[in-house]
Amino acid sequence: MSELTELTIAEATRLLRLHSISATELVTAHVEHIARVDPQVKAFLRFTPELYEQQAEEADRKLKREQGGVLTGIPIAIKDVLCVKGVETTAGSQILRGFKPPYTGTAVGRLFDEGAVMLGVTNCDEFAMGSSTENSGYFPTHNPWDLDRVPGGSSGGSAAAVAAGEAMIALGTDTGGSIRQPAAVCGVVGMKPTYGRVSRYGLIAFASSLDQIGPFARSVEDVALVLEAMAGHDPLDATSSDRPNDVRRDFDKGVKGMRLGLPREYFDVEGMEPGVNATVRAAIKALEEAGAEIVDVTLPHTDYGLAAYYIIAPAECSSNLARFDGVKYGLSVQDVDNITDMYMRTRRQGFGTEVRRRIMLGTYALSTGYYDAYYLKAQKVRTLIKRDFDDAFAKCDAIVSATSPVVAFPIGSRTEDPLSMYLCDVLTLGGNLAGLPGISVPCGMSQGLPVGLQVLAPQWREDVALRIARAYEVASGVKAEVASVA
Amino acid sequence: MPLSREQVRHVAQLARIALEPGDEEFYAEQLSGILEHIDRLQEVPTDDIPPTAQVVEVSNPLREDVPRPGLTQEEALANAPAAVNGFFRVPSIQEEA
Repeated sequence: MSELTELTIAEATRLLRLHSISATELVTAHVEHIARVDPQVKAFLRFTPELYEQQAEEADRKLKREQGGVLTGIPIAIKDVLCVKGVETTAGSQILRGFKPPYTGTAVGRLFDEGAVMLGVTNCDEFAMGSSTENSGYFPTHNPWDLDRVPGGSSGGSAAAVAAGEAMIALGTDTGGSIRQPAAVCGVVGMKPTYGRVSRYGLIAFASSLDQIGPFARSVEDVALVLEAMAGHDPLDATSSDRPNDVRRDFDKGVKGMRLGLPREYFDVEGMEPGVNATVRAAIKALEEAGAEIVDVTLPHTDYGLAAYYIIAPAECSSNLARFDGVKYGLSVQDVDNITDMYMRTRRQGFGTEVRRRIMLGTYALSTGYYDAYYLKAQKVRTLIKRDFDDAFAKCDAIVSATSPVVAFPIGSRTEDPLSMYLCDVLTLGGNLAGLPGISVPCGMSQGLPVGLQVLAPQWREDVALRIARAYEVASGVKAEVASVA
Repeated sequence: MPLSREQVRHVAQLARIALEPGDEEFYAEQLSGILEHIDRLQEVPTDDIPPTAQVVEVSNPLREDVPRPGLTQEEALANAPAAVNGFFRVPSIQEEA
């Protein structure tokens, strides 16, 4: 029954409603497929059999009574930064080993309410800091298209699980590109919503002014369905918006007459591979042939985006991660002289190298004497970056580019030089600094590895990003395929 | 500008992260490399530019101040590495007199 692990939500829902298959059969097919491929891919940190058996039975009861929501019986994988009541959630970190949240976050809870069935918890870079999932405090995840390469990150486990057919859909989080970049290099669809579209309640915070939760799937329609199901105001997240949930408006209207902006800076970034550039240009050509108008735009502060991001995100992380002190949960070094010693040794032992590096960087940037030169300066440059996008969107409906300047790279090839890793996010982090929605769709292969096309839209215009991504999928015939893992 | 080992010790103290042998050199080198890239921010003229701390459109949303259930003491302490008599237990904060 391996074909059951290649279905989209619409296809699976049709079979479930016709009673051709049961939710339990659909989940079992995924569990069996996971048993075959996950020893190689290592997308999951842990599985949740009690939960998926109970949720699948509940889904079958509802289906029998012709009830249920848009995700009834749909198998989902959840990134290890999203709290699920009673399910060990560790943010990919040893410092949270054993932590079982006392509540379920809003986004996950809404998907459960719609009938989704949780298979397990996916691997990620520790506290979502990284672009390769190699910073996981447990083990690296492997790219299903080439097991010697990374799946991207930080939501690499979620992207790899969907790419390998281990889950129909997955949730990730995106602070600088952590959904879109792994989606691109794993050949699946991934979307970061507008800041404020999805509640962050129950998300273990990394950088609170940038973090957003979003979906992975193997079709644009599936991504739209999952986003619609979890979007909307939540009184438990004061930054969540009460705007109408209109993300699927005009979904199938095509791109005829739409203006797509090509920022020249995004085609000229450091380290852009010629194969990626050519594949993305061909995809843009396909959109033009489908009726879109291509216009040149400019984002003049692109060269400063990475620098601004690597002040703002570490500064926010140094504050957010202060709570991991060995008192309330997780690791606690007990053989100590006093409480300060306990804090310091717990944090040295519990956090991995990259997390400690970023806490140190953020602490330095916020410290007396350096605040104006670094943090305040970065916030001002953030204003300029946001204005660049405002000016560009005056001339176009959306911006298109590559998602990642490179295809999936070999495991271990960038871990020694943090800056070379940070450069993976150079085309995605602008969207976070400006709070924009962005989607990555598969647009072909380079060197036998997937390439992603990124569509960035103005704030609250997920409908535009989804409509263009959908139009590309239809016009090109390029579909996210399940990678065959030997 | 490169970070000195003394600055690394100061920042580690502020961040409450213990330093082990080799850490000072490691952070000094790695953070200096990253800061060298970040220093390009100083090229950007920003005198009249206001800072952006966040891009949220809502500001100071309020809700009715109505009591609602929270975590029980047992739930709040369930993940505690050490608890005693309904409290989190921590090492001594002050020396005994």
